[in-house]
Amino acid sequence: MSQRNVIPFGPQHPVLPEPIHLDLVTEDETVIEAIPSIGFVHRGLEKLVEKKDYQDFVYVAERICGICSFMHGMTYCQAVEEIMEIAVPERALYLRTVWAELSRIHSHLMWLGLAADAFGFESLFMNCWRLREGILDIIEATTGGRVIFGSCKIGGVRRDIDDETMKGIVEKLGTIGAEIGRTTDVFLNDYSVQHRLKGIGVLSGEEAHALGTVGPVLRASGVAMDARKIDYAAYRNLKFEPVVEKAGDCHARCRVRVREIFQSVDLIGQAARKMPGGEIFVKVTGAPNGEFFSRVEQPRGEVIYYVKANGTKNLQRFRVRTPTFANLPAMVKMLEGASIADVPNIILTIDPCISCVER
Amino acid sequence: MSFLSMTRNIAENLFKGPSTRRYPKEKREYGLKSRGMIGIDIEACIFCGLCSRRCPTGALTVRKDQKEWEIDRLRCVFCGYCVEVCPKKCLAMANHYSPCVTERAAAVHLERQALRDAADAPAEGKE
Repeated sequence: MSQRNVIPFGPQHPVLPEPIHLDLVTEDETVIEAIPSIGFVHRGLEKLVEKKDYQDFVYVAERICGICSFMHGMTYCQAVEEIMEIAVPERALYLRTVWAELSRIHSHLMWLGLAADAFGFESLFMNCWRLREGILDIIEATTGGRVIFGSCKIGGVRRDIDDETMKGIVEKLGTIGAEIGRTTDVFLNDYSVQHRLKGIGVLSGEEAHALGTVGPVLRASGVAMDARKIDYAAYRNLKFEPVVEKAGDCHARCRVRVREIFQSVDLIGQAARKMPGGEIFVKVTGAPNGEFFSRVEQPRGEVIYYVKANGTKNLQRFRVRTPTFANLPAMVKMLEGASIADVPNIILTIDPCISCVER
Repeated sequence: MSFLSMTRNIAENLFKGPSTRRYPKEKREYGLKSRGMIGIDIEACIFCGLCSRRCPTGALTVRKDQKEWEIDRLRCVFCGYCVEVCPKKCLAMANHYSPCVTERAAAVHLERQALRDAADAPAEGKE
């Protein structure tokens, strides 16, 4: 029997955009066990809810994560709106959908780039991030910020997108979409990419479900679960089917994200065609009293917000279950038996967002 | 499966310039809606203090008795809430960042209403 070694991985590691530490128990080149430890970027944002006015807290919620920032704000707003029984104008719901899908596109492009970097394909990484800039430009032109949108508020949205701009966005997405297609073809068809990703970190559908994974990780294992199907925002009026792949390996998770980019482009087109006119927000007065679980499909999977209010301006309890937190047990499971060279790829394919996990 | 999936990209890059900007020479133009530095038309301000109460990071200080409005630009997160709640609409956002500073104190910007300035000016002169 060969000797067991413990290799520390992270919190600072070239493939990790954010700090997470793993103790990899190895035997020769094979990982026997992976022991994660988190807590490097804990900021105590959940506790802050007791100090902030519930309307101002949208800004804090947005800053839980820098990539799915808009969706964090939106989930929080949805929870408070449900508690206060506010009827949000239709146009605001459509605008939220458009921005949510734009952030999904930019998040997935960013992930594709990082994944390419993890398996050592530098030029592909730069191509993905170049394309992401085009999406960020659209976001900046409509909201004023590149990653922190600051556009969602309780009762609706802060900014409007006029019809002319909306048309321009759809046209621009058409041209960027064609370019994205050429780049993502490399992920789908290239021999070297497939060599690094196929058959690596396989997670069966039953395992994925039992471990409570969410988002692309779950869908890549053949389970068609997408929180957008629970009909929040404007998704009830849009036609789409969850993207599902069967294989459950790293390449399947990559394919799910690639296909989701095009699904998002299509959803924005649909939303632009169906967008009704009218108000973009309703005035909110009073304070919430009650509790609610809000669920939204973020780029990394389903996020759950629990909000409890007691009729004052400050909320009583606030709890976030982020998608990466749900996917960590699956990641640890996938690492068992993997080769040490595949560890970066496996970690990257759950799209880890550690600042989300630790809040 | 293919080996030469990036060929088109390589060919394009031979004839196309770089995607990046040659920065100090070629500056980025901010969009009209970009959120940036907060400015104030101090003469229109009524010192109600709503902006400072709403600011999520506590970057604003309003002193009604001194007729002063102060912003710590390093604490500002460019959310635009103060501009939204201002009843006199005397706050505005520029579409660019605030200037760089080399020490924290230099980022604190104070605006004082002219009426007050006129009364104080001789006193400051004596010192």
